[in-house]
Amino acid sequence: MKQSIFSIESNEQIAKNVYRMKLKGDTEEIKVPGKFIDIKIEGFFLRRPISVCDADKDTVTIIYKVVGKGTEALSRMKEGKLDILSGLGNGYDLTVSGAKPLLIGGGAGVPPLYMLARKLIGQGKKAEVIIGFNKKEEIFYENEFKALGAEVTVTTADGSYGKKGYVTDAMQGKEYSYIYTCGPEPMLKAVYNASKTSGQYSFEERMGCGFGACMGCSCKTKYGNKRICKDGPVLFKEEIIWEK
Amino acid sequence: MGEMKVNLCGITLDNPVIPASGTFGYGYEFAELYDINILGTFSFKGTTKEGRFGNPTPRIAECTGGMINAVGLQNPGVDKVIEEELPKLKKCFNKKVMANVSGFSVEDYAYTCEKLDKCEQVGWLEVNVSCPNVHGGGMSFGTSAESAARVTEEVKKVTRKPVIVKLSPNVTDIVTIAKACEDAGADGISLINTLVGMRIDIRTRKAVIANKTGGFSGPAIFPVALGAVYRVSKSVKIPVVGMGGVSSAEDVIEMMLAGATAVEVGTANLINPYACRDIIRDLPVAMDKYGIGSLKEITGGAV
Repeated sequence: MKQSIFSIESNEQIAKNVYRMKLKGDTEEIKVPGKFIDIKIEGFFLRRPISVCDADKDTVTIIYKVVGKGTEALSRMKEGKLDILSGLGNGYDLTVSGAKPLLIGGGAGVPPLYMLARKLIGQGKKAEVIIGFNKKEEIFYENEFKALGAEVTVTTADGSYGKKGYVTDAMQGKEYSYIYTCGPEPMLKAVYNASKTSGQYSFEERMGCGFGACMGCSCKTKYGNKRICKDGPVLFKEEIIWEK
Repeated sequence: MGEMKVNLCGITLDNPVIPASGTFGYGYEFAELYDINILGTFSFKGTTKEGRFGNPTPRIAECTGGMINAVGLQNPGVDKVIEEELPKLKKCFNKKVMANVSGFSVEDYAYTCEKLDKCEQVGWLEVNVSCPNVHGGGMSFGTSAESAARVTEEVKKVTRKPVIVKLSPNVTDIVTIAKACEDAGADGISLINTLVGMRIDIRTRKAVIANKTGGFSGPAIFPVALGAVYRVSKSVKIPVVGMGGVSSAEDVIEMMLAGATAVEVGTANLINPYACRDIIRDLPVAMDKYGIGSLKEITGGAV
């Protein structure tokens, strides 16, 4: 973890209620996909944890959905500096992906899969991507995933674009070596039940600190209590206990 | 440079800054960020007889000037704390640590304290009779002078370490309870724990926190804490550890002027993980600015 100041390079709307922000700063701690950053927003008390979509040597890209006053304030910022804790969370383990990993994202859970797909494809893996949304206006990054060389399936719950249904409908008949996923908990659970292989599941939880101090985001696993912010957000399929 | 040393119940602290229980884990998480030996001491995560998962999530809510938590005393239990957490802490902290203890019966408190009494690393026992987030425990002991005194008495029987009783502000008269603890043998009083609070999502009409209510902390409660520390320290002879919304070196000075011998810093650690390091760095500058030669001389100095 590192606390540092990032400057806003750009912040634009890319889908309904969804924004992409590019930040320039020290990305030393963001080498692994699946990590998150914790942003101090002027006028709000708690930092806002947001997953990393991509990072290179001096920029980090986040894609976030406006869900409350904090993210709404963030969406209005066009320039300026932000106090950020970077490099939080464990991130995805790429070493166990096998040759043909399947990446499954739902809504605001899609962003971290981008850096993951880029890294996996960079390692010569044949990554396939399923991204699910409620409706057409909410879709983002279909073309960006395709540009990486991934085979992409888009699903919409209302059928307004791509395959009608849920990500699990698109999983049917697919051959894959491993599953990486991120999205709302009901989707993660559905993927878990539909999956034929092991996998890694990235969870979301309301956090206090974001770095393991407050125990605000604890969950039970088969290997004991874990903190989503510090021991997660990525959990292995084998350790997950579904409580909700 | 001014003198920052203070004496808390017979043990000298290099400075009065103490990360508060529940915001600093068992210390080693923060040792990855800075050398935690710069702290006066710290109060470790509230520990109970048995291990606890705590409350269901969500446990956290945003507020103006602070936050609400309802963690519910998640901890691995006193045996694991002694076997696993304290040895890990020893590698990065060479001072005496403050052991924060909670329970669901008087016997629980005594059991846990007796075990921690045997740990050479533990300098003080901070007995939490004020957790607002567990049912049938914690705060229920701290809301009456009689039960707070009974916990104090039983704990005193099993330890020779200084016992600091941590009090709740969610009471009719905190002064009466503090005095009862003093009469029962407490070596110090720490206050305040969090204020009972709540947030509701007006779109879903559901409480934001699964536990419905939680403990409100952060800069917004600083004046409440200051008032309680002022009133209690005027009424007892034992040292008072002040806490509640402390976020800066100036806050530490103000809390000491109100009557605190040492000062705990809680929620600030969650927003700025370097909060205590920064406060300790800023204290000498603030002391110079306000003409303070020695911090221990300002305790209760408000006129």
